[in-house]
Amino acid sequence: MPSEENHQEKKLDLAAARKRLEATTGREYWSSLDDLASTPEFLDLLGREFPRQAIGWSEDESPVEGRRNFLKLMGASLALGGLAACTRQPTEHITPYVKQPEELIPGRPLFYATSMTLSGVAHGVLAESHEGRPTKIEGNPEHPGSLGAADARMQASVLDLYDPDRLRNVFYQGEIRSWGDFYTMLREVLAERAGEQGAGIHILTETVTSPTLADQLQKVQKLYPAVKWHQWEPAGAHSARAGAAQAFGQPVNTYYDLAAANVIVSLDADFLAQGPGALRYARQFSARRRVRGDQTAMNRLYVVEPLPTPTGSKADHRIPLRAGEVEEFAWALATALGVVNGPKSGENGVIYQSVGPIARDLQAHTGACLVIAGEYQPPIVHALAHAMNASLGNAGKTVFYTDPIEANPADQLASLMDLVSALDAGSVDLLLILGGNPAFNAPVELGMRDRLRKARIRAHLSSIADETSEVCQWQLPETHFLETWGDARAFDGTVSLQQPLIEPLYQSRSVLQVVNMLTDSPLLSPYDLVKGYWAAQHKGADFEQWWRRSVHDGVIAQTALPTKTPVVRGDALGSPAAPRPLGGNLEVIFRPDPAVYDGRFANNGWLQEWPKPITKLSWDNAVIMSPADAKRFDAVPVDSLDYGMTGVPMLELTYQGRTLRAPVFVQPGHANGAVTLHLGYGRTAAGKIGTGQGFNPYGLRTAKALWHDTGLEVKKTSGTYYLAVGQNQHVLDTRRHIYRSADIEEFKRNPEAPHEGAEAPPRDLTLYPEFSYNGYAWGMAIDLTACTGCGACVTACQAENNIAVVGKDQVRRGRNMQWLRVDSYYNGDPNNPRMGNQPVPCMQCENAPCELVCPVQATTHSAEGLNDMVYNRCVGTRYCSNNCPYKVRRFNFYLFQDWETPTLKLVRNPDVSVRSRGVMEKCTYCVQRINAAKIDAERADRKVREGDIQTACQATCPTEAIIFGDINDPNSRVAKMKAEKLNYAMLADLNTRPRTTYLASLRNPNPELEA
Amino acid sequence: MAQIFHHSSNTFARMTLYGAIFFVAFIGWAGYTLDRSHWATRQHVPREQPIPFSHAHHVGGEGFDCRYCHTSVENSSFAGLPATEICMNCHSQIWRTSPTLEPVRESYRTGQSISWTRVHDLPDYVYFNHSIHVAKGVGCESCHGRVDRMPLMQQENSLQMEWCLNCHRHPERYVRPKEFITQMGYVPAGDQEEIGKRLVQEYHIQDARTLTSCSTCHR
Repeated sequence: MPSEENHQEKKLDLAAARKRLEATTGREYWSSLDDLASTPEFLDLLGREFPRQAIGWSEDESPVEGRRNFLKLMGASLALGGLAACTRQPTEHITPYVKQPEELIPGRPLFYATSMTLSGVAHGVLAESHEGRPTKIEGNPEHPGSLGAADARMQASVLDLYDPDRLRNVFYQGEIRSWGDFYTMLREVLAERAGEQGAGIHILTETVTSPTLADQLQKVQKLYPAVKWHQWEPAGAHSARAGAAQAFGQPVNTYYDLAAANVIVSLDADFLAQGPGALRYARQFSARRRVRGDQTAMNRLYVVEPLPTPTGSKADHRIPLRAGEVEEFAWALATALGVVNGPKSGENGVIYQSVGPIARDLQAHTGACLVIAGEYQPPIVHALAHAMNASLGNAGKTVFYTDPIEANPADQLASLMDLVSALDAGSVDLLLILGGNPAFNAPVELGMRDRLRKARIRAHLSSIADETSEVCQWQLPETHFLETWGDARAFDGTVSLQQPLIEPLYQSRSVLQVVNMLTDSPLLSPYDLVKGYWAAQHKGADFEQWWRRSVHDGVIAQTALPTKTPVVRGDALGSPAAPRPLGGNLEVIFRPDPAVYDGRFANNGWLQEWPKPITKLSWDNAVIMSPADAKRFDAVPVDSLDYGMTGVPMLELTYQGRTLRAPVFVQPGHANGAVTLHLGYGRTAAGKIGTGQGFNPYGLRTAKALWHDTGLEVKKTSGTYYLAVGQNQHVLDTRRHIYRSADIEEFKRNPEAPHEGAEAPPRDLTLYPEFSYNGYAWGMAIDLTACTGCGACVTACQAENNIAVVGKDQVRRGRNMQWLRVDSYYNGDPNNPRMGNQPVPCMQCENAPCELVCPVQATTHSAEGLNDMVYNRCVGTRYCSNNCPYKVRRFNFYLFQDWETPTLKLVRNPDVSVRSRGVMEKCTYCVQRINAAKIDAERADRKVREGDIQTACQATCPTEAIIFGDINDPNSRVAKMKAEKLNYAMLADLNTRPRTTYLASLRNPNPELEA
Repeated sequence: MAQIFHHSSNTFARMTLYGAIFFVAFIGWAGYTLDRSHWATRQHVPREQPIPFSHAHHVGGEGFDCRYCHTSVENSSFAGLPATEICMNCHSQIWRTSPTLEPVRESYRTGQSISWTRVHDLPDYVYFNHSIHVAKGVGCESCHGRVDRMPLMQQENSLQMEWCLNCHRHPERYVRPKEFITQMGYVPAGDQEEIGKRLVQEYHIQDARTLTSCSTCHR
């Protein structure tokens, strides 16, 4: 290991990076700044199986050295490895049902449609149930917002159900109480306050779209008109709401049809990965970029944004702008379109140079283009987007307006402020906080944590005893969405039903039940509440049948809100505000975290360990800034190679007199002059996993600047911090055409263009006789044009295959266990690179290097072309991993699986072995799904049909980038994809003949802007 | 200087050296034997059950078809153990007061499952699927033996991988026509190899290379 002193000298050499850039041909991608600079350390890493530090012993480990230690370990391994097999099977018991449910066949999973709600918006899911325990989430194909896909949070939500840290009982000041006690208290307060119509009673919720809950709340307000209902959602669509009000004079809900859009401009909107309709948009967007055979038409995407997002990575033109400059860009674009009369030039020349061609491109596609404003951009940007879409004739074609999906589309900040003034006035007798975590995530200057104490009685309904629960006398356990009935609206207003798969594990209740306690109706079950509401809504005599149909589908048909055509008011836009200069400081940008969102998923191990899109950072947030800014603040990592082991400098951020210390993360493509802080970290009471991870940007976030503001001072401090970053682990040599791409025009002229410079040996260049695959031959094709790098596949794989969470320290050492990784690649200028995402599962090579070196035949070749991994044979030599050119094998260095916690046993997939320490593992192409489909087909005496098998990554992929199937069947989707000119095998020159191949990425740049 | 070692030490040294070879060989032999012993595999060891359920009586005596109780054997990896309800189909009428059957009645009354001891227990890394074996002509008897003669259930075969592979390598030696799947004491009407080869073709049983691929059973 290099010594400490050396680190200081190994500062990242940007000059060297530039030199390499100049020498490259333009098609060459790089994976990190170290790669670009070709540092000796990086070149060393290329040749390694794991980063150097992975080969160690304990916490502060150094590599195991010396012959004696080696022999001791070998001897012990041999002895223990051999002895472990000499056990008798322990006696097991079978407990059959007393009365077996009719539809259930033991050993076969059942799927139920239900919905997961995030920020009030429903996402349709299918939950897989094994003998009554939900184990896996898939997207619901019947749901308009899902179309069968699921994102990482949906995938990981099932782990939250089994979180051992969940609140299990009702607590009153630390003592276990019953719901009956709480109800008695509630009725007493209501009786006291009945005379004043319930004054003094305040309810605080997050965004509510649930029709049933809205109805319940209305009933409460009817009974007690003075009861106040407040809403606060830290990462809610506040600006979109205000922007619509500004443009149309009324709140509207906006959604898009990307299938009809040829040209799309994103004003800092990560519409492909975040937000209510993202899964649908991603599906529609990528379908318009699929170049197959003669179909060579592609849509075009322009993105302006500060931090590279999955959407930005797909852009044909991406302009890194500070979040504050997006407004200026929107004005400039609107001016170029003739919508407003704004400035035609300004300090930032890039804006004014690019708006002309973009405007012309939009105008050439009136009615078939789209301007999307980012959820976190100020209202004026939304208003401008509405005006531009109106002027381009897009309303009703690519952009649709409906009434708001929220039950009460109030200004949530104002609503929170109302509560604050009531608290200050001492007039809050009872405060019911139903979900949410205001003590943690309200604007910092409100000091909510202390202010909440001004309410006389405080009750908090939440799944974990969090920061807010700590200041409440009553802590009420909340049910998980898989435990209870409910409903909510999707992005277009479609009502999605939430159906439980399991009885509540603990003494928890849903928000519906708690609100029900406030009404004068008897205490009803959530089922009766939801069904009762819809029985009253449904017209017609066939309610039961209609209800069963709706529950089965997970959506209530024809409940999408009717579209309307609001008109942009003439005086809505006003005139542009003067750009706010940075004045030597930086801009601070707050965004919900891609993994833990506003902090609510902080205790979810799968999401914490999930490498976030583009940055590949896990377990932490950081001060994300551009390479140029990092240099300016002398914050280039001490030794940028392998963040995990060598540490990065700590920065001190000062904004409005408040400071935050956090580590730096240098992100190529980040806008200069701005730093991005992801919210949701720095929790102090999140549970065992989430508490203490990362830094809390809520500590800087004020009501005045919820999303961005200028005036951030940055200072480098002496500290060093260790981040767990996946990008510099499992690295491949980018000089060998790992990631291939071309522009569409170039590809049309020369279909070989993406493969320029790459070579593959002829198929007969082998001494071994060709093996013929007569039956099935499983293969996979991954379309890099479609892949947005959203990372849902990684979590889907983790859930499906019982993959262990290893913790931050182990991830730092490159020991993360995820079988699938999504690598980020960059091309060109580090300040504004083109980006590429590449999912890398096991390649299932036909000439697999791993198989040849296994001394115990624990990895062998199946007759259908899979590289089988036999865990029970593996003795952990790691030779296979050492010999794998794709670095896709994962080794259980320790006992990473939790074999003890009872609830975590419930989340496991019974069809996949749970691996123990000392065992190698890797992607199996979801062999359990292959076998299940094969068995079903063979029982019916037929062949497996196209679509019978979907690997977990494929099933969840919003863009259908991953396609799996039988390559022996020329009509299969995968065989057709592999026949495309774009198809290539990674590291084909090694003659490994991978079964997983890629379709090179295509882009459709605007020739006017290319020059 | 006096001699430190007595002359006979040479003999002891030689004995120790040669003995070591035998000792190591013995350890190996002992391990091998132990691993295959009925103690380790629990082959032919009747297991104690909460209720002394007799397959000999129900199958041999009463002539129940296996699928009356093992309901999911044709549809699922798991053959299914009868729910208490299935026992009570008959035992609410006959042997209603038998003290032996009290645990069944208790289970039905209280809703608490009966906890049976597992007789055929494969290691957790083996994924055996009943439905496909039944569909391809592997009789119940082929693996489970003459259960109609077992008063208390016991394991007929070792269930070791070698035993599985016997059939996965040469299915023609074991398969039978589907109509005889649950029959006990099946005798092939002619030469088994010949019938077997025909059935392997007829039932589209996969080739030995596929059947012996690791991922067929391990995942």
